[in-house]
Amino acid sequence: MNAMLENGVVATVAGVLREYLMLLFGNQFLTDLIMKFIGIGAVIGVILSAAIVFTYAERKVCAFIQVRLGPNRVGGRFGLLQPFADMLKLMSKEDIIPAGCDRVVWALSPMLLFVPSALAYAFFPFDKGAVFADVNVGVFLLIAISSQAVLPFLMGGYASNSKYAMIGGMRTVAQMLSYEAPMVFSLLGIVMLTGSLKMSDIVAVQADNVWFVLLQPVAFVIFVITATAETNRTPFDLVEGESEIVAGAFAEYSGMRWALFFLAEYANLLAVSILTTTFFLGGWSGPVLPGVVWFWLKALFMVFFFMWLRWTLPRTRIDQMLSLSWKVLLPLALANVMCTGIGVYIYRWL
Amino acid sequence: MNDLLSLVHSLVNGGMDMAVEMGAPDLILAGIFYALAGVAVLSAVGVVLCRNVVHSALLLTASFIGTGCLYIYLDADFMGAVQFLVYGGAVAILIVMALMLTRRDDMDHSNPSRGLFHQVGAAVVAGGFLLTMGLAALLSPFREAPASPGDSAAGLADLMLTKYVLPFEVAAILLLIAMIGAIILAKGADEA
Repeated sequence: MNAMLENGVVATVAGVLREYLMLLFGNQFLTDLIMKFIGIGAVIGVILSAAIVFTYAERKVCAFIQVRLGPNRVGGRFGLLQPFADMLKLMSKEDIIPAGCDRVVWALSPMLLFVPSALAYAFFPFDKGAVFADVNVGVFLLIAISSQAVLPFLMGGYASNSKYAMIGGMRTVAQMLSYEAPMVFSLLGIVMLTGSLKMSDIVAVQADNVWFVLLQPVAFVIFVITATAETNRTPFDLVEGESEIVAGAFAEYSGMRWALFFLAEYANLLAVSILTTTFFLGGWSGPVLPGVVWFWLKALFMVFFFMWLRWTLPRTRIDQMLSLSWKVLLPLALANVMCTGIGVYIYRWL
Repeated sequence: MNDLLSLVHSLVNGGMDMAVEMGAPDLILAGIFYALAGVAVLSAVGVVLCRNVVHSALLLTASFIGTGCLYIYLDADFMGAVQFLVYGGAVAILIVMALMLTRRDDMDHSNPSRGLFHQVGAAVVAGGFLLTMGLAALLSPFREAPASPGDSAAGLADLMLTKYVLPFEVAAILLLIAMIGAIILAKGADEA
């Protein structure tokens, strides 16, 4: 049991599985290959179950904040089977293709949107030693890959042959590109403190010292605000703003195509929660309980926090939102980088 | 049970050894390379051939991403990330500009092919470029790649902030000038 806590539960389970596979096949390469596929399957499983759990959780949290009951018919008093009912409904819906749309681009958009969201999960340290791809430039590659989510939105908006979708697509570009800058600069402070771009190093440093939320409070606030904007959630959901542009880039999609947009949205929600946990809340580090339990406690709390924000705050205006990014968050993030630099220098000098 | 296990072991190991003997690892690596290179090259061809300027721009992204994946395949993951981040973002802006500057109803013919004169000119320029790049690639003395490049980001950072700090800063100033110019243009000359 102690050894399990020492090495991380996930890594231990993977080790046992690897031993059995080795015993069965007796070939190192084949065992490694199968373990890689099991890892991919586990990551996809996490994303899909997150989408199922979060559609239910979002409706319950929303109902709780608005003093309602929320889903309470399908599957007992608490409506636990509601997500499955939703899933069946979405799958049985008619696939409506808008007239005059750019067919290929229109069909590719929801599929491509899911790719960067899912790829980002390869870099998350779920537990000690449980990172699918622990590369040297992890943080940078993660930002690079997740920034690719802009283009599929624009593709959907352009190809739908609808003015609302077009405005939504244009807004996506303006919003996601302008919030990416402060987000990257807020993470730079953490990279400077860690001295590494490796995700596992960032968590390891926090496990040995203190959580970065204490050392980088400004960066934490900037990151949470920009993360809300990057996932297109209220108060920054101008990309879909129901009362203004119907549903933005995915106004013309129905059935499973629309469901893919939603899947990507919830994958992104979990992704930014995991990122906040990893960068600021110490990742899997914590006393007594195994690492993976701590990781999910923190990540799910951050998911709840983002839902809380969504159902508490009203939507901003597009010009307010853009000026917040360029005139407040970006200078603040740059000042934070400078102060961190001076702080690191003084700390070394002491 | 043990007999069965050892039979499976011998089968698996025998198959693996045979695959290695037949050059499967090289074949797989070459296959990945040609798949990525195919994505990069074919979408670059598509950029030229598409009649719709938005399709061209989207294929340009596919080409850039294929190139970025090639960098990662060659263990230059920092370069790959830069390729994704800089070029992917740039193309989104490019498409927004293309959409704003062209009329929606003639989008299917927004990237028309020109007359023979233009085509010959483009062929000459492209051929000259290919020749120059090919010569440069053939004549440059490539060193054998080290076994593992290690932490490429740290090495690049060291070089950029010590040996190449002057070019680095000059590039930064160039970008700053471009940004100020863009802001002045966007604000309008009478306001500035």
